[in-house]
Amino acid sequence: MSDHEYTPKSKVGKWFNDRLPLLTLANHLTDYPTPKNLNYWWTFGGILTFCLITQIITGIILGMHYVAHADLAFQSVEHIMRDVNYGWLIRYVHANGASMFFLAVYIHIFRSLYYGSYKSPREVIWIIGMLIYFLMMATAFMGYVLPWGQMSFWGATVITNLFSAIPLVGDSITTWLWGGYSVDNPTLTRFFSLHYLFPFLILGLVILHIWALHVPGNNNPIGIDIKKPSKDTVPFHPYIVIKDLFALLIFLIIFAFFVFFSPNILGHADNYIEANPLVTPAHIVPEWYLLPFYAILRSVPDKLLGVIAMFAAIFVLVILPWLDTSKVRSTVFRPIYKQFYWFLVADVLILGYVGAMPAEGLYLLIARVATAYYFAHFLIILPFLGMKEKTTPLPLSITEPVLGGSADMAMARNNTDFKEKL
Amino acid sequence: MKNFLKLLAFFTLFSTLTFSKVSAAGESQELLKVDWSFKSFFGKFDRASLQRGYQVYSEVCASCHSLKHLSYRNLAEKGGPEFTELEAKAIASNFEVTDGPNSDGEMFERPAKLSDKFVMPYANVQEAIAANGGAYPPDMSVLVKARGGGANYIYSVLMGYEDPPAGMELDDGVYYNKYMYGNKIKMASPLDDDIVEYSDGTKATIDQMAKDVTTFLQWTAEPHLETRHKMGFRVIIYLTVLTILVYFSMKKIWSRIETKV
Repeated sequence: MSDHEYTPKSKVGKWFNDRLPLLTLANHLTDYPTPKNLNYWWTFGGILTFCLITQIITGIILGMHYVAHADLAFQSVEHIMRDVNYGWLIRYVHANGASMFFLAVYIHIFRSLYYGSYKSPREVIWIIGMLIYFLMMATAFMGYVLPWGQMSFWGATVITNLFSAIPLVGDSITTWLWGGYSVDNPTLTRFFSLHYLFPFLILGLVILHIWALHVPGNNNPIGIDIKKPSKDTVPFHPYIVIKDLFALLIFLIIFAFFVFFSPNILGHADNYIEANPLVTPAHIVPEWYLLPFYAILRSVPDKLLGVIAMFAAIFVLVILPWLDTSKVRSTVFRPIYKQFYWFLVADVLILGYVGAMPAEGLYLLIARVATAYYFAHFLIILPFLGMKEKTTPLPLSITEPVLGGSADMAMARNNTDFKEKL
Repeated sequence: MKNFLKLLAFFTLFSTLTFSKVSAAGESQELLKVDWSFKSFFGKFDRASLQRGYQVYSEVCASCHSLKHLSYRNLAEKGGPEFTELEAKAIASNFEVTDGPNSDGEMFERPAKLSDKFVMPYANVQEAIAANGGAYPPDMSVLVKARGGGANYIYSVLMGYEDPPAGMELDDGVYYNKYMYGNKIKMASPLDDDIVEYSDGTKATIDQMAKDVTTFLQWTAEPHLETRHKMGFRVIIYLTVLTILVYFSMKKIWSRIETKV
């Protein structure tokens, strides 16, 4: 790939490209050299882009029919479900789309954790990614409030009340967020406004995320630096495009099962009851994708410290590139870290599970242990492990393990043999 | 391909977990399970049951429970009870709605039309509460979706009236129900054998009426269920075929280089 030498063939193309190098950009995107050994865990970037676009398109259509008013919101959602042509389809795609979006983003994040994609020189990609994730959570939370069901109302009450834990100004901030003295119409209208805005902020950050990715290029399952372009890479189009499309289609089949055959299974039944400030639901639970953080919040006895712990749980992820001291990126060559990685996965799943359960007795105890382990993983295990761990030898290039079987076998072979073979 | 299988396994695990979580999240009392015609991938409503269910709703439930999100035209729409337009018009004309103002600035009463929303039994929530001993009879439009357990829960509650266990004191106007959350309900058992007379000759047992009205309420909550199932089946067939085609295209493209995909 050589951006600078690219010139469009046609005269018109050249004229235009000299003024706005869109064709150069398109050429860069199609030729973009991608490691040839990327596995299917790498297809989730494309899937996530698809999810964002789907949410934006379905959301814009829903916004045409939705009424952001405390007395009318629930009714307008039912209007969409009943009377708008294919409104039920658009709403179910949007509601389940949020869950699918988070499923994909969690896989994407854990892929990055496994293969060390957050490490130098990709720290900025990672931080932008975390910003996107944070905005996604805010957007999803506000979106869940819009149907103005019982969980909408009480979820909004619980989450906005967290800010009242801030010393001195907490209550004022909460009142300011609500636009009144409780969650009410002003809260709903501002949530609608922001819920419409945030996806476009996310879109902007996604562009930066991809831009930042295209500077060092993709990490890969082996995690070693590769020369680009080289025998180790393939052009993005058609190789990666077709592979991403294949993975996206599989993802869509699962998506379709939820939308058409179990559209409400990921939501809470109480959200089909109109919001009622006088009746508190027995258990207030957020959507599944926020449960681990909810568990961390509730595991701390003090409200303020709980809020701090919850935000810190995200913040440790932001500074992760500097907490992990290991020079080796891929877990494939880190036998001890590999075990801790799976402990972390289990820990987050456990946190998610106890987040859905009442915060009492054994559940609370488990939540506390899991919360402590979560922070220990990032703040204690990662920094020390990176310094102490003995990693297995890295291959010289990705072509070797790809063609020659295991990484070790490839190491043993003479490198020049390969150049001839290729 | 190995990674792809791993991925597939992960998704299966994810779906199984979510599905089992929801089914396990019910209360201690196991709900009665009915083999509903609208369940499963090809599920459809039993048309006759929907019509009978409407009869039960209108003769038994409608005196307290509203269906405020429905219009009379829905009764004649495809995928629902599918009354003829004339029948639906006749049903609507039994109800009076307030319209206006007319050219004299007066509000006036007129018989309901197909385009009108279902007339509510009470003018407002307060009136409904006052008339029902302090308990609000919930709107039934999306009731099936608003209860964990869905149709099985509604059916179970209708079937769950029993004498309270020994030693349990119940206040006046409070009834014991095996399946209700907390086992206390302020609605007396609404169904009794032959409380309605079905025109199609079906015997109006409590069980039959409970099934019919639950089927009807499933429809009011999900009026497009049949379209959804039909479309879903087509979408998944389409996606599967496309996936297979893309898979072979991918294999072909990647065969240009030595790397496996």
